[in-house]
Amino acid sequence: MSNPQSVGFVTPTLYSFTEPIKLACGLTLPSYDLMVETYGTLNADKSNAVLVCHALNASHHVAGEYEGQERSTGWWDNMVGPGKSLDTNRFFVVGVNNLGSCFGSTGPMSINPATGQPYGASFPFVTVEDWVEAQARLADRLGIQQFAAVMGGSLGGMQALQWGLSYPDRVRHCLVIASTPKLSTQNIAFNEVARQSIVSDPDFHGGDYYAHGVIPKRGLKLARMIGHITYLSGDDMSEKFGRTLKGDDYNYGLDVDFQVESYLRYQGEKFAEYFDANTYILITKALDYFDPARHTGGDLTLALAKAKAKFLLVSFTTDWRFAPERTREIVEALMANKRDVTYAEIDAPHGHDAFLLTDERYLAVVEGYFERIATELNATPLNANNVGESA
Amino acid sequence: MKNITPVKKDFAPLPIILPRADLDLIESWVPQGARVLDLGCGDGSFLARLMRNKNVTGYGVDILDDNIQASIKNGINVIQQDLEAGLAMFDDHSFDVVILSQTLQAMHNTERILKEIARVGNEGIVSFPNFGHWYHVASIALGRMPVSKQMPYQWYDTPNIHLCTPKDFEALIEQIGYTVLGKQLFLDGQVVEFLGHLRSTLAVYRFKPRFA
Repeated sequence: MSNPQSVGFVTPTLYSFTEPIKLACGLTLPSYDLMVETYGTLNADKSNAVLVCHALNASHHVAGEYEGQERSTGWWDNMVGPGKSLDTNRFFVVGVNNLGSCFGSTGPMSINPATGQPYGASFPFVTVEDWVEAQARLADRLGIQQFAAVMGGSLGGMQALQWGLSYPDRVRHCLVIASTPKLSTQNIAFNEVARQSIVSDPDFHGGDYYAHGVIPKRGLKLARMIGHITYLSGDDMSEKFGRTLKGDDYNYGLDVDFQVESYLRYQGEKFAEYFDANTYILITKALDYFDPARHTGGDLTLALAKAKAKFLLVSFTTDWRFAPERTREIVEALMANKRDVTYAEIDAPHGHDAFLLTDERYLAVVEGYFERIATELNATPLNANNVGESA
Repeated sequence: MKNITPVKKDFAPLPIILPRADLDLIESWVPQGARVLDLGCGDGSFLARLMRNKNVTGYGVDILDDNIQASIKNGINVIQQDLEAGLAMFDDHSFDVVILSQTLQAMHNTERILKEIARVGNEGIVSFPNFGHWYHVASIALGRMPVSKQMPYQWYDTPNIHLCTPKDFEALIEQIGYTVLGKQLFLDGQVVEFLGHLRSTLAVYRFKPRFA
């Protein structure tokens, strides 16, 4: 690879766990696999590990590319790499595909060892807490007692926050980006429409569509189209598409008139090609369920009293899905607990999607914060050639 | 018609005015191990200095992206927020000292921020440029608004919208319900005693609520 700022070609590794994991829903998975990628080198005292948590539709493939595969760049490649904000010359970065997802970790598409059939609808509903538990076991396997940082955006930010609560002694810094302490009513409503669009697709077959050899693509496509609208800001959409027509004139019919329709259909179709419908349902439910203050009578300050880590929180002004007000609730609760917390509110036009995009101010904030972590760890830059598989 | 530069709306709340003579004094007023809120913390270097020298904990607050980035590099806890929106993010009496250094004169809600200091902190420390400096007085006497080293802006293009003298400031904080604990006037980094209201360019006050 010619780009010196890329981790280069990467290969995922499958880790199998045979110790049962008890889930928040009460069910137990007797065994499970996690698909993992790592970049950089774990230092001798194993203190420079950073866990990067993914959101709804991403995976363990955070950075780099797959050899011989076009357009296979990792989902946070602009953030993670040699010399980037999360510098793989300094940090050992771990990406993990969460339980219930569809990129190699155990999920609804996997074979249930008890039946020999895909789990399908019988795969248990998982929560952010469950994911953190599974990630902690991965950390055990990698010999990482404490993460220098756990980082994520959106649903990934929820995992970073939950790490601070589930394992206060195993994480030094939580980087919670474009996230929220709980979904708003409106968020849950959007998720429900997405789920209903999948469930009502005749090809869904109650979640056991694998056996029928079909995929509820129409439902998935619709779910993605709805989701996509909420990830962008109104202004951003206007800017990108305006009322530009696809053709020369209105076609006075059901065909695409406006560019935005064409874009949404394309995004929806692309998504339905690679994403699993049951996973979409599971993960939107995990989003809905996340609410650490649920155990403290709605008192977020009390809920976050457990956290010992230092926090960086970032929000984006035009993000109406996970608005800055929601992040400020976390900031306030942490400050009320006298925790170390830094908060940046980036005035970016791209809505919720901004957390994945390249904005110099945003990347500089994250870079500065990781520099601070590195100073704290007294980590010295390692050989830049140590990229790719290390675990 | 002559072109006039329009008044900018998005001013930095913290115009950097050198020298920062107030900082040594403020540092001496901050107790060891205090919990500090530094409003308009700029690049965070002063709070970082208080953390080093006085073992304080707390947060800086600023609005500018550049200042947030610099503060992170300086290792302080910084919160990006517009002070004009008040201090609702902070709990009552959660700080020993609240510092507002050379920021007051650039704020719209002058009275409100001063009241908020009493709510979130036990003590306030505020510094501001003295508009009563003789040069300003002389400039106005000669018919022009002053443009000085301390306040190098044209009247139509300045972040400094609420200018006052030490006596003006004292009257306001008295009225709000504060007792002055300390006061010092400076000229170019030196303490000014004689005719301070005319000779000083910078005033620093330490105060606390009368009935706390």
